Amino acid sequence: MVGMTRKKTLFWLCIFLLPNLLGFLIFIAIPILGSLGISFTDWDLVSTIHFTGFENYKRLFSDPEFWKSFRNTITFIIGYLPSVMILGLACALMLNQKIKLRPFFRAVYFLPVITSWVAVSLVWKWLFNPSYGLINYFLSLIGIAGPNWLTDPQTAMIAVIITSAWKDIGFVMVLFLGGLQNISPSYYEAANMDGASKLRQLFSITIPLLTPTTFFVTIISLINSFQVFDQVMIMTEGGPSGATMTLVQNIYNHAFRYFEMGYASAMSWILFIVIFIITIIQNKLQKRWSNY
Amino acid sequence: MKTEKSGSPKWQLIKNILTYTIICLGGIIMLMPFVWMISTAFKTGAANMVLPPQFIPKEPTTANFTQVFEMFPMFRFLINSVVVAVVTTLGQMLFCSMAAYAFARIPFWGRDKLFLLYLATMMVPAQVTMIPQFILMKQFGWLDSYAGLIVPALFSVFGTFLLRQAFMGIPKELEEAAFMDGANHFTIFRKVILPLAKPTFATLGILTFMQSWNSYLWPLIVTSSQEMATLPLGLSLLQGRYGTNYGLMMAGVLISVIPILAVYLFAQKYFIQGMAMSGMKE
Repeated sequence: MVGMTRKKTLFWLCIFLLPNLLGFLIFIAIPILGSLGISFTDWDLVSTIHFTGFENYKRLFSDPEFWKSFRNTITFIIGYLPSVMILGLACALMLNQKIKLRPFFRAVYFLPVITSWVAVSLVWKWLFNPSYGLINYFLSLIGIAGPNWLTDPQTAMIAVIITSAWKDIGFVMVLFLGGLQNISPSYYEAANMDGASKLRQLFSITIPLLTPTTFFVTIISLINSFQVFDQVMIMTEGGPSGATMTLVQNIYNHAFRYFEMGYASAMSWILFIVIFIITIIQNKLQKRWSNY
Repeated sequence: MKTEKSGSPKWQLIKNILTYTIICLGGIIMLMPFVWMISTAFKTGAANMVLPPQFIPKEPTTANFTQVFEMFPMFRFLINSVVVAVVTTLGQMLFCSMAAYAFARIPFWGRDKLFLLYLATMMVPAQVTMIPQFILMKQFGWLDSYAGLIVPALFSVFGTFLLRQAFMGIPKELEEAAFMDGANHFTIFRKVILPLAKPTFATLGILTFMQSWNSYLWPLIVTSSQEMATLPLGLSLLQGRYGTNYGLMMAGVLISVIPILAVYLFAQKYFIQGMAMSGMKE
């Protein structure tokens, strides 16, 4: 401020910034550096710490369990990402129209987003119950003998993907609804004048103009899905026989079940590097794709 | 001709029927798990093992609810969740808004660099910080306590960022006039900035409350006793012991969902804003 002395500024900074800054340093900045440090040690919380250089990272690359959890995470993403994007976009397009009870339907589609992963996972675990679950009952109505969803390594990940997509459709929908509102109605008016069909308008106006949103939603969903944990932990704990063991489940197991803090930290840094690369790509491409 | 066809009333009717059918079908898929959860919560164990499944219980019972409170410290879970979510929300709003004000309105040396450092840490996933945070909690003696559940969650870079954005949008002229009248930063913060940024506060508050209420991984790590478990963690403990008693479990789930549902119905707009904005976080 004009006429503000240094002393005065310092006084106000102490009041306004210091509490947050201290918290930031203690609970965010230092832990980040600490995690990097720990990843070069063999610490188990109890015995003395040994600096082991790149041992943990070397071990990671030759650890079949780590690679399995990496592959499982990719499998999850391959199933989850397209489903949640396509269905989320479809819901947004449907609920962007002038229909009756629109707020009600939007609220219904958004409902799973506000509930906890634990609640959702427990409900779906019950739905996937092989003998008395609703899903296998519905399948039996059309003559299909449903599998033992969560105890069969072939189907466990599919069940986790279905649950996750169901929960997140509303979230993706909301982001797309925001994107749709940014498209000026004048484009559609012009297209109507030219006699373009609704389908044509969808592919020539809506989808191209939604590209920045689509890109943005893809990146967020991608980053979130690399961190998938809660639903896996509740529904399968990574089983059966490691079929749903994801990266974060693996980190959790090594840190808080086997107390290999160094090894788990190294794993978390691999996760960070993956997310970092995605973020860099996003920053590079975003400039090219933002067209409003 | 295309334009004629799409405009005819008959075509319009078919289109409407189709649209509503799909929307309703989607709605049923979204609601079905909730309906099934409620239905199960009011059924005895035996009624859950009946095919075809009954959506409306033949002999509805509230036994599951009384049982879940008797066999588990459900009330304690509920209290823990309320305490943790409320304190985290209020605390985070306070700490974030103060820092956001400093970053937006108090010029000081190295401000932009410091803020950039804040922003850079947003890229780092929570899984990286969780191990050192756990070790810190152990050192502080905060394991299995409210402090351990609450304090690390009070400092959110995202919250600081969100509020700073909102504060930056408030015209400088407003406060300059107030400064002329002899007001200080505290008065400006309270009388000018806070009232004008209310919607952003509401959004951040809702988002924080929801995240705290639904949080699972951190309580799982930082607490060890049933006395300190929050609802999501309590439910997972319930599952460990009564994995096959779905009636009991769905009653527990229902209890955990009702409060957040009530808040949602009350402040829908801010929930949706918050979720849309939280997209910026990761």
